[in-house]
Amino acid sequence: MKYQSIDEANRAVLDKIVGSAPFLTDVVPAKSVIKELEEKVILHAGPPIKWDDMTGPMQGSCVGATLFEGWAQTEDEAKQMLANGEVEFMPCHHVNAVGPMGGITTGNMPVFVVENRSEDNQAYCIMNEGIGKVLRFGAYSKEVIDRLHWMKDVLGPTLSKALQKTEAGLNINVMVAKAITMGDEFHQRNIAASLIFLKEVAPLIVQVDMDENDRKDVMQFLADTDQFFLNIMMATGKAVLDGARKIQEGTVVTAMCRNGKDFGIRISGMGDEWFTAPVNTPQGLFFTGYTQEDANSDIGDSAITETFGVGGFAMIAAPGVTRFVGAGGFDDALSTSNEMMEICIDQNPNFTVPTWDFNGICLGIDARKVVETGIEPVINTGIAHKEPGVGQIGAGTVRAPLACFEKAIEAYAQKLGLI
Amino acid sequence: MLYTIIKKNSYQDSINLMLLTNAVSAMEGLEKVQIMMATPANKDIFKDAGLYTDELKAAESNDMAIVIDTKDEKKVEEVLEKVEQYLKDQSISGGSQAFETVRTWDRAQSTLPNANLALISVPGQYAAEEANKALDMGLHVFLFSDNVPMEDEAQLKQKAHEKGLLVMGPDCGTGILDGIPMAFANVVKKGRIGIVGASGTGIQEVSAIIDRLGEGVSHAIGTGGRDLKDPIGAITMMDGIRALENHSQTDIIAVISKPPAKEVRNQVVDLLHHVTKPVVTIFLGEKPETYEGNVYQAYTLAETAKIAVDIAQGKDVQADYNAGDYEVKDVQLKQGQTAIKGLYSGGTLASEAAVLLSDGLGLGTEITNEDGYVLKHKGHEVVDLGDDKYTQGKPHPMIDPETRAKFILEAAKDESTAVILLDFVLGYGSHDDMASALLPHIEYAVSFAKENGRELYVVASVCGTSNDPQDYEGHIKRLKESGVIVKDNNNEAVRTALSIVGLRVNDVQKQYKAKTQPRTTFNLTVSDEVMNLVTEKPRIINVGLKSFTDAIVASNVPVVQYDWRPIAGGNEKMRKILSLLK
Repeated sequence: MKYQSIDEANRAVLDKIVGSAPFLTDVVPAKSVIKELEEKVILHAGPPIKWDDMTGPMQGSCVGATLFEGWAQTEDEAKQMLANGEVEFMPCHHVNAVGPMGGITTGNMPVFVVENRSEDNQAYCIMNEGIGKVLRFGAYSKEVIDRLHWMKDVLGPTLSKALQKTEAGLNINVMVAKAITMGDEFHQRNIAASLIFLKEVAPLIVQVDMDENDRKDVMQFLADTDQFFLNIMMATGKAVLDGARKIQEGTVVTAMCRNGKDFGIRISGMGDEWFTAPVNTPQGLFFTGYTQEDANSDIGDSAITETFGVGGFAMIAAPGVTRFVGAGGFDDALSTSNEMMEICIDQNPNFTVPTWDFNGICLGIDARKVVETGIEPVINTGIAHKEPGVGQIGAGTVRAPLACFEKAIEAYAQKLGLI
Repeated sequence: MLYTIIKKNSYQDSINLMLLTNAVSAMEGLEKVQIMMATPANKDIFKDAGLYTDELKAAESNDMAIVIDTKDEKKVEEVLEKVEQYLKDQSISGGSQAFETVRTWDRAQSTLPNANLALISVPGQYAAEEANKALDMGLHVFLFSDNVPMEDEAQLKQKAHEKGLLVMGPDCGTGILDGIPMAFANVVKKGRIGIVGASGTGIQEVSAIIDRLGEGVSHAIGTGGRDLKDPIGAITMMDGIRALENHSQTDIIAVISKPPAKEVRNQVVDLLHHVTKPVVTIFLGEKPETYEGNVYQAYTLAETAKIAVDIAQGKDVQADYNAGDYEVKDVQLKQGQTAIKGLYSGGTLASEAAVLLSDGLGLGTEITNEDGYVLKHKGHEVVDLGDDKYTQGKPHPMIDPETRAKFILEAAKDESTAVILLDFVLGYGSHDDMASALLPHIEYAVSFAKENGRELYVVASVCGTSNDPQDYEGHIKRLKESGVIVKDNNNEAVRTALSIVGLRVNDVQKQYKAKTQPRTTFNLTVSDEVMNLVTEKPRIINVGLKSFTDAIVASNVPVVQYDWRPIAGGNEKMRKILSLLK
């Protein structure tokens, strides 16, 4: 190891996180930036998984994506194709991408392009479809597929053209720093950031040469979609952490994600290797008519937000949603963030939280500290119905399983020749 | 039928779970119940109790295990409810706290960056490791934990000494730092008498008597019971004496020790002869015949306190403070009722009772300890119920009346018993109202003896002050109203017990002797860190038992609570890997 100690290696990783410069530069068809998607490939959330092992929502999403891409015309046809291996599955994380819930991403879906200028790397994420019946929760009705086409044909190109009117894209650090003082934690609550985004792009969208009805639809969609910024935040987390994990040493957690079956993490010292353990099922509040019984197990790449230091780790920043995600009140939100600080190395001065005495957000989960204390990272999450197509039925929190972290540090100790 | 409830990842410290076990045991219809963390060691305890089940076997170190033996399955639900309620009440009482709670040393340090003392009460097997971490961070250590191996104690104390730090303990039950009661301690007025002591209730008895006589204590530095043994060489005691010598607000130094190693004792006494301040000493089991130079050696704890108070008040030191009138009128004992049963919660108080009893019986003043019995002779017994022998898997008798209640009943059944001799130790850490907890058992014992035609005398002393969280005067009143003979201190209580059975201690009028020339020279200077500890209010990281923060918070001293748990939940493999990944 070229560092004197693991602490020193970890510090180098953290320096890259703090020094990162993520910009939202474009919205493009996924296959234009991810060459693997030129083939019949479906990207999914979490560590690698086979069709048979996917839970309902992810399978439903795959069906929807197959229909959207026109690889199949009917549901049955799609299912058959997916089951008999005609389509290749691949984790988003393996191609510089992340995806919410099922994370299902195919070539013609538009993706955000976030460029991390400090490390000259990029990351991608599909756009948020809003709430209700949506692909990411496994819905694939005509309404869902139609919306995906509208996003491909109208929303994506409009945002792309708008972003081209900026000099260098949108500086994401600035938007995040503002929104965190307005009560967002960027996983369960993104309304402030989404409004800031709209404030930035609205003057640009009005300048785009386009159909007026389409323009009105785009503006309405952005105004209605409270969680629109979540996917930008996810691509940002991915871009920043991928930049930081160029330091191939240390025990900083560089990714956390779930495929509905397994929870997977990466640590800086172990490069691309996944350390997995069975996922937990989120606990939380449910929309009327649904109960814990209906909840799907933990799923999605969105835990990249917690890996970055927001989401559940920044619960204290978002008093507005603490009740929703099962924390009793302000004191519980405070103790949640304080507890997460126990497993983090430092605090990120770029994003200070007013309700936390202007302390910076959590910076750098140390896998060693997770194992040492037994404190499992907390993740704020939406809860999907376990049947495909029903969609989101609640929201809550879930913990990352300790075993992932134990496996990771054991592997790293082996790599260093210590055991 | 055995029923098992496993609460996954639900850590509670062992004292809490013992108290919870006791609370649950009181329920009707249970044969047996045990609640513990499912660590490998605790699983053995379950096994010994005949409460081992497959579910327990599968549980892990961070899981709370409840095993119930009952004929009535419905009771299981009741037990679970009771457990949940108990744990919930506990979290409510900890609702809005005056301190932050952390889970790592890193965070403890960043929360209280100017901390200078770690109060450590983790299980013994982990104590040395945590104490070493505290020393590495430049913190003085107050080590409440017991069962620390002697070689670890020597290593810690040598390291501390080299770093200019103090290790108080291990097995340091009590202390007072700048008026702040630490662990099990009485609320004692601040004053001019500094104490260094190798014992828990010894310090408590001396400091409480000083308070009741109107003087106060600057610091009471605990050293742990083995500091004056050979392998340790009194490192902490000597550094403590130096600290008090350099502390300008301390005018008098009191040194309290259990029977020491001879060489080490002489070294300490040599140092004391170098000290410029008057010194009062007690080496338990030594019956002094002289005062020498500035060093006044006492025979009893009460005498230690009284000499120190007389010096503080500018009075002449008397030749003896122990003799007095301890007669009890109209004693009616049956033939064969000759024995005194001393049932103690305080170890040093038990030792003092054994010394005096032994002296009164003409057996000399040297004492031994076998299974907690510090004296056992012709029916006379003095037992330290706080000894490891009686506290395995059970709370200390200062917290919990159960063990003592059992011994009281047995003593009453013994036809040779004339007197039951008790101590009541008040102060932080102790039971809220031990008098009320034990009185029903005492009354039952007395009436049981009476029904069998015997008078039974119960003699007690209360170690406490009027500022203690418990009601000192009320304690004495309740005991007296129930017929207990209550004396001001343990010395008087023991002598009263002796007089009931027609025995007495012959006291010595101590002579003054000029200072002998010390054999060695000593450096009396102390480190900046030690000076800082004695001249400023402590800033404390409390590692382990949360209840220890009560006294600290009440004193308005900064404290951060470190909710300690075994590293990696006690998983040895992970613990090893973590130790390598630095």
